[in-house]
Amino acid sequence: MYCKKIMIVQMIRRTATCTATCTATCTTQLNYQKSKAIKTHNTQIPLACALLTCPLKLELQSRSMAASTAVTANYVLKPPPYALDALEPHMSKQTLEFHWGKHHRAYVENLKKQVLETELEGKPLDHIIHKTYNNGDLLPAFNNAAQAWNHEFFWESMKPGGGGKPSGELLALLERDFTSYEKFYEEFNAAAATQFGAGWAWLAYANDKLKVVKTPNAVNPLVLGSFPLLTIDVWEHAYYLDFQNRRPDYIKTFMNNLVSWEAVSARLEAAKAASSSSA
Amino acid sequence: MIVAVTASSSFLSCSPLLLPCQGPNRRLQWRRNDKRRLATKVAVSGVITAGFELKPPPYPLDALEPHMSRETLDYHWGKHHRTYVENLNKQIVGTDLDTLSLEEVVLLSYNRGNMLPAFNNAAQAWNHEFFWESIQPGGGGKPTGDLLRLIERDFGSFEEFLERFKSAAASNFGSGWTWLAYKANRLEVANAVNPLPTEEDKKLVIVKTPNAVNPLVWDYSPLLTIDTWEHAYYLDFENRRPEYINTFMEKLVSWETVSTRLEAARVRATQREQEGTDTEDEENPDDEEPEVYLDSDIDVSEVD
Repeated sequence: MYCKKIMIVQMIRRTATCTATCTATCTTQLNYQKSKAIKTHNTQIPLACALLTCPLKLELQSRSMAASTAVTANYVLKPPPYALDALEPHMSKQTLEFHWGKHHRAYVENLKKQVLETELEGKPLDHIIHKTYNNGDLLPAFNNAAQAWNHEFFWESMKPGGGGKPSGELLALLERDFTSYEKFYEEFNAAAATQFGAGWAWLAYANDKLKVVKTPNAVNPLVLGSFPLLTIDVWEHAYYLDFQNRRPDYIKTFMNNLVSWEAVSARLEAAKAASSSSA
Repeated sequence: MIVAVTASSSFLSCSPLLLPCQGPNRRLQWRRNDKRRLATKVAVSGVITAGFELKPPPYPLDALEPHMSRETLDYHWGKHHRTYVENLNKQIVGTDLDTLSLEEVVLLSYNRGNMLPAFNNAAQAWNHEFFWESIQPGGGGKPTGDLLRLIERDFGSFEEFLERFKSAAASNFGSGWTWLAYKANRLEVANAVNPLPTEEDKKLVIVKTPNAVNPLVWDYSPLLTIDTWEHAYYLDFENRRPEYINTFMEKLVSWETVSTRLEAARVRATQREQEGTDTEDEENPDDEEPEVYLDSDIDVSEVD
């Protein structure tokens, strides 16, 4: 079953200790949710399941596996899945403190204020994003909602000791859709470098194909009908403290030293599962 | 025998402000346009040079401390602005855009919103030069004279203007600029749809623009701008944009420059009214309609 499968995949990647603990907790919850899940087949991981506590923050991973739901409906400012200085020297602690601690936090706080006592209050974040995207004629809450989502997705796209090359199915698909990993790298790099002004560059999955997209300001591929798999934030605040105006250097550093290909692979699996189950 | 009276840059179609029209009365148009183009340059862009050099700000790089640090100027002017100018030069060298003034390149490459490649660099080069000249050491305070009078006429009071300007700058999501501009007396312009058609003519307006766009494209006369790209305030204010905007208005803005620009804008508007120049007039100049074809031995100096 969708939910269980993803969670188990994640658990295997954890240490023995954690796995044992988490499995017990998760399974219990999962069983509880199971009957619900059968009724609501094809939806994202149920909320309660996603809020499990686990010493290694397993719920973070499992939550991000859901094809389109990476965040809870509670609009919480989730910390990145690593310490704020863990990405040094490639991304400084100071950057994380500002980027996560102030920018990301402000988006979440402002979103909460904005949806308070409106029909959007309490709705899942991706629901808000779709609604307020409004086919391009953005409603007020869009910017904060999408930026909250984008940033959470961004932190989870990186890890300490990241970079290198992807493997397995992800690599196979990259080679299929871009002819080689190097070609993909170039295209992703170019998209990130040429997104004028503020925005994001993405690897996304749609109709069984991988593609690179670049978006302005807060827009993300969810509203364009694709599953996001990877993102790089190219708003200036993402790289100014570490790289000033040298965006190409930032992009290279991101690709060579920060990208978490495991996260991307797991998202790809979830995206494929979600596509085929809704097909 | 047909003598083609030529003018340069004839590949471009007629546009009231810019360039010679095609057609037999090309030479006349060239002169008229030429005069007005120079007048425009002096009146509106008297502070902006043609020819793409990186002009330094009209004060030393540390002169705006503590309100805008030297480090910010080093990066913002020394790297960002410089890069726009250099990349623009690379982009247009050897092309038709190479012979034009910066303002002309901006207007042409805006291309009704379907921007040509040179637009971003050209507009950013223009915007930044305008920005440095919009501020000064010991700036801030209140405007005086005609400028204050117009602000009070069009916004109610200086405080009301301040509120609206600051709010526009703070709410301009992503990268962009916020402007005080003198709105020209045109509804539609050659190059863009007027964003404030309901506002009367010859009035002060506040507009916010994304990325590199500036009010020149709507034929407005920019008077003041604040850069709200993050690179403009990140080193000094991090994410605290409202604080940056407050500091800008209270300590940096050069009201003298704004006043000078306003005068120039009003002169320009009046001149155009007097010349009776409008898109229609352009294409059918009154009594100076020459023959369709010129004979080879006609003295073309008559046409003057």
